[in-house]
Amino acid sequence: MRLSEVIQYAKGEVLNPSVFKDYEIVGGCGADLMSDVLTAAKPGAVLLTGLCNPQVVRTAEMADVRAVIFLRGKQPTPEMIELATQKNIPIISSQKGMFELCGQLYKAGLLGLEASWSDYHE
Amino acid sequence: MSDSLQELYGRTGRTITDRDAQDITRVEELSYDLKTSDVMSRDVQCLAPMDTMRAVFDLLRKHHISGAPVMENDTLVGVISQEDLMRAMADGDQHAPIQKYMTEKVITVKSYEPVVKALEIFARTKIGRLPVVDENEKLVGMITKGDITRGVLVAIRKDYQEEEIRRYRASHLFEDIISDRTSLILRYKIKPRDFTNGGQASSHIKRALLRLGASPQLARQCGIAVYEAEMNLIIHSNNGGVLRVQVEPRRILMQTSDDGPGIPDVKQALQPGWSTASELARSMGFGAGMGLVNIQRCVNKMDIESATGKGTKLFMEIHLRSDEKFKAPPESPEGPGV
Repeated sequence: MRLSEVIQYAKGEVLNPSVFKDYEIVGGCGADLMSDVLTAAKPGAVLLTGLCNPQVVRTAEMADVRAVIFLRGKQPTPEMIELATQKNIPIISSQKGMFELCGQLYKAGLLGLEASWSDYHE
Repeated sequence: MSDSLQELYGRTGRTITDRDAQDITRVEELSYDLKTSDVMSRDVQCLAPMDTMRAVFDLLRKHHISGAPVMENDTLVGVISQEDLMRAMADGDQHAPIQKYMTEKVITVKSYEPVVKALEIFARTKIGRLPVVDENEKLVGMITKGDITRGVLVAIRKDYQEEEIRRYRASHLFEDIISDRTSLILRYKIKPRDFTNGGQASSHIKRALLRLGASPQLARQCGIAVYEAEMNLIIHSNNGGVLRVQVEPRRILMQTSDDGPGIPDVKQALQPGWSTASELARSMGFGAGMGLVNIQRCVNKMDIESATGKGTKLFMEIHLRSDEKFKAPPESPEGPGV
């Protein structure tokens, strides 16, 4: 699925259009806990989150997240937008809730790019 | 991959690995990066509506092209193609004016649009060449699939050249400098409670590793481990601390040290879900008691030395797989042509 299609489902707005590219998105990850993103999200995922602070952008950078969608109408600060732009990560604001958007994207065929904690226990 | 993971990713019968997920090809990205004006040919051969079909034949043959825009007083009024020419020839109509055979409803592409836009039109319409116009609808060039292929190839060579030169230079560090044990040490001071800049050091480390020629997977693995460690300093340390990374050809040693408060019970701190983080840290999405557990997952070896009132040292070590090494980006042996 293209990022532009994801944005259509999210009825979202790209906050840093200068780094927007219509990437092919291979899957998604929904989380408010950044440690979960760092552990479970696979590279190339789009991150759906209700959390809105600079660490989300840092986490996205570390975990090679392709794009971030801030849910429930949360508005990132200009500093966050600037940081995401520097790191070349498109960020999107959406009024939708986590459950709703995750469900819609999954139904539309986007794979879950989250692994379970238990799979890492050797 | 375990069965449950397979189940998770297997909805379309396909297993997605880390490597697959990262494998969005450069070419695909370039089709969005490049503008049509970057790859179009600017030297456009034009014809006028009253020129004959014979003139089309001569022009196409002379310039080895398959079509041309038709201009009247600097305005694009049509396009004439090889196929139009064949129709005219079949009718024995080589002296007819171009306007009799040209396509008047011209599909154009804007010079500032990405190349992918032109590709979409090519796929949708089966047209082979498109006039490129600027924001005032003025003709500025022509674009064909061949132009795009050429443009992408050129771009692949020079694209991100600066970064590649840096990578190239840095990635030879371990090959060019001979010693019994070469290592590169990076040090970062981390301030306590600095949530705004938290992660900056880890970001620099990840980039440094990529420049040194680490694989994206390795850089990500180290990035995640040092990021969790950096956040621990920000969240827990009294006075901040130092993050130190020692890069060696076969392994990466990462270490944080601080001067307190120290961990009273290290075993307990390693329990998934155990946390003493503040509300502030939790509001940032941390403090779920998964940091150390997550680090353990990313590294080959982890050790904690801690004493209450004295401070904590966290040691992390990642070994490169035997088939893995820091390597220069695929380029000519002389390095990128500058």
